[in-house]
Amino acid sequence: MRKTVALLGNPNTGKSSLFNALCGMSARVGNYPGITVEKKVGVLQGANEQIDIVDLPGTYSLAARSADEAVTIDVLCGLQPGESKPDAVVVIADATNLERNLYLLSQVVEVGLPTLLVLNMWDRAVSENHEIKVEELAGRLGIPVLVTTASQKKGVVEVRQAIESLLATPVLPSNLARSTFPQSFLEAAAELQSDLAKQNVQVPLLEVDRMLIDKDGHFQKKFAKQNVGDLERTLRATRDKLAEQGCKIPLFETKFRYAWVRTVLDGINTRPAANTVSSSDKVDRWLTHRWVGMFAFLFLMFSVFQAITILAAWPMDWIETTQGALQGFVEQVVAPGAMRSLINDGIIAGIGAVLIFLPQIIILFFFIAVLEDCGYMARAAFVVDKLMTSIGLSGKSFLPLMSSFACAVPGIMATRTIENTRDRMVTILIAPLMSCSARLPVYVLMVTAFVPADVRYLGGWVTLQGIVLFAMNSVGALVAIPVAFLLRKFVFAGQQGSFLLELHSYKWPSLTVLYQRVWERASAFVTRAGTLIFCTAILVWAAGYFPASHEKLDAAQTQWEALTASQQKILPPDGEEPSEANQAAIDDYQAKIDAQAEIINAEKAELINNSYLAMVGKTIEPVVKPLGWDWKIGVATLASFPAREVIIATLGTIYSLGSGEDESSEGLMEKMRSERWPDGRPVYSIATALSVMVFFALCAQCVSTLMIIQREMNSWKWAAFSFVYMTTLAYIGAWVTYAVTNWLGWAA
Amino acid sequence: MSNGDRVSKGLSRLSDLEPGKAAIIQEIDGDDSLASRLMEMGLIDGEEIHCIGRAPMGDPTEYSIRGYRLSLRQAEAKRVILSPSS
Repeated sequence: MRKTVALLGNPNTGKSSLFNALCGMSARVGNYPGITVEKKVGVLQGANEQIDIVDLPGTYSLAARSADEAVTIDVLCGLQPGESKPDAVVVIADATNLERNLYLLSQVVEVGLPTLLVLNMWDRAVSENHEIKVEELAGRLGIPVLVTTASQKKGVVEVRQAIESLLATPVLPSNLARSTFPQSFLEAAAELQSDLAKQNVQVPLLEVDRMLIDKDGHFQKKFAKQNVGDLERTLRATRDKLAEQGCKIPLFETKFRYAWVRTVLDGINTRPAANTVSSSDKVDRWLTHRWVGMFAFLFLMFSVFQAITILAAWPMDWIETTQGALQGFVEQVVAPGAMRSLINDGIIAGIGAVLIFLPQIIILFFFIAVLEDCGYMARAAFVVDKLMTSIGLSGKSFLPLMSSFACAVPGIMATRTIENTRDRMVTILIAPLMSCSARLPVYVLMVTAFVPADVRYLGGWVTLQGIVLFAMNSVGALVAIPVAFLLRKFVFAGQQGSFLLELHSYKWPSLTVLYQRVWERASAFVTRAGTLIFCTAILVWAAGYFPASHEKLDAAQTQWEALTASQQKILPPDGEEPSEANQAAIDDYQAKIDAQAEIINAEKAELINNSYLAMVGKTIEPVVKPLGWDWKIGVATLASFPAREVIIATLGTIYSLGSGEDESSEGLMEKMRSERWPDGRPVYSIATALSVMVFFALCAQCVSTLMIIQREMNSWKWAAFSFVYMTTLAYIGAWVTYAVTNWLGWAA
Repeated sequence: MSNGDRVSKGLSRLSDLEPGKAAIIQEIDGDDSLASRLMEMGLIDGEEIHCIGRAPMGDPTEYSIRGYRLSLRQAEAKRVILSPSS
């Protein structure tokens, strides 16, 4: 069987960089069964064998208070169902912050596995004058110690070799902090272990320690479920007795471990004086400055959304052109009929309408990854914590909420780092209000189609479209404020959680890490576009195509194409004027072509009006009319229940089916602009566009999000609650938007 | 309980430490999970801690301890009792 090596360390030690450098792009990302802690396994190509590397969540301690920590210790002890105990452990530590990083190591070595210590960020340690005598450190710890700069792949080959030789000749760590613990504790733990053994429950010493030290912790809860008498009372009595003997649970552990770390590092680690100002500090002074800091925060967020609109324009054009070319090609090789309609109006229009937004999504993911990796995200949490506290949340909610701007699913999963349950619940419930990348297509479509592009301010650097886009991206977050406040006050009332946050030094983002994050997220989006959205597009196409007979339309279409072809034949070569007789023949053809086009248009409008789609749409039209929508928008919204971005594909299909032939080469935006009410007024005005955008900003149209809420909060009730409250908000929001803008006269 | 007692005794706390100043930690108040978390992050008696600066809205505050930067709210910094000599 393949050997397994666990990789763990404090957060922000460059663990992802090392993992990527060791395993390349072979990582498989999943979840541990039953819980939502992310499980990442990669394959290390050794000289003789393949080795599985399990990337464990970043953690400061094995005290197992959060779900992340519980998984970490369970995997290390081989208690995680379906996982075998790893054959070795690699602990990665920040070389510029050895003391605190070795705290975790002191706990890990007690698991009793062959252990390798990797001191990462070595380049920085050298440039900041940290002195570490690596060989002596290895000698004192009794385990191999290596240095790396994983972001530049320096020292990675040595790590791979060290892992292989550690697996070939396993050496167990011998210098344990536990041996320095007070005698009273060691005796109490041994006594508890033998007590449990008498009741036929064999518990390894490490788990006994954790059970005793972590009040109401992971192991206490776990063993309380087994039949071991009144475990809680026994533990309480033991802890009381220990306190009398001067061994205060749980605080003694940290004291003794840090004392052990000090002994280990004594004389072999000198760090720069605390008042040394590094370049990171100089940057930080401004980014967390009283006034500049707040301004920098707002400026950064605003720039990100401006950059998205500006940078994405070119690739979007390219995708649109390719889509038109593809459809033109299909028209040449497939005869008019259901098949051509399915390919062009269903498949290509559906997928193209979603893919066109890929550039923007990649750019957004890229910026989020940069901010995360360079260290600004933690500062952003620091800067906005007071603000978040005032609405009952914490700065720690910031990262999950900011990630939710990309997608609520990873955002909600990121709430695991919030230890306070009530803070976490509220964060989960408002996370879907953040404007995720699936809404971006809806906004971009509406903004590009209906907000004038030539309105620019400040020398052309700020566009009106950019401002509206920014406003739409902010609407959800603004609405989230009162929602969070009310939830915290009435539903999850109680004490605020803590805010212990490490502000790690700024660093240049690592390209591999950026590449991998963007790749993972963008490919997830494309997979969705390729499956869920594809299926919905086909269903919507079918509902819009049937049940009426298309014979007349297909006949007219064939006629139109034949006429166009004949006209092409008699056209003079480029640049030459046609003769008079020739011109008359061309005009004659043109008149016939126009007549056929008119029949096609009328027929298409007739067909879509009698389709299943229209039947559903017209039934719900009275409900959506107050929002300024016609039945087509209503149906598209209904069909986008599985995922918001589906609305684009649906609109693409509906308008493609219902549009005249002469428009077939034009994009969805053109078709929407030319859409009319029966009385001739345009369907889309700025008011309608804004109303659609506000609806999508606030609605809960995303099955994945609802499912992740169910899993994280462990109840369908909260998933249903999210759907109902958000849909209500969305409807009211859209109605108010339409009513106000209509009153302002923007509905014309 | 002990919180109020100690305030009245006039013990100096980390929350009172001004930006730019440093002090020595005497002990952590309480034995709940916040106390253990603070200690896990290296706030142990005898350790020197520097106050770097406050966030734009006055809270939380950035500290330097054991060569790294940590952010704490006033409410949490209150739990850290400083040695009177510092």
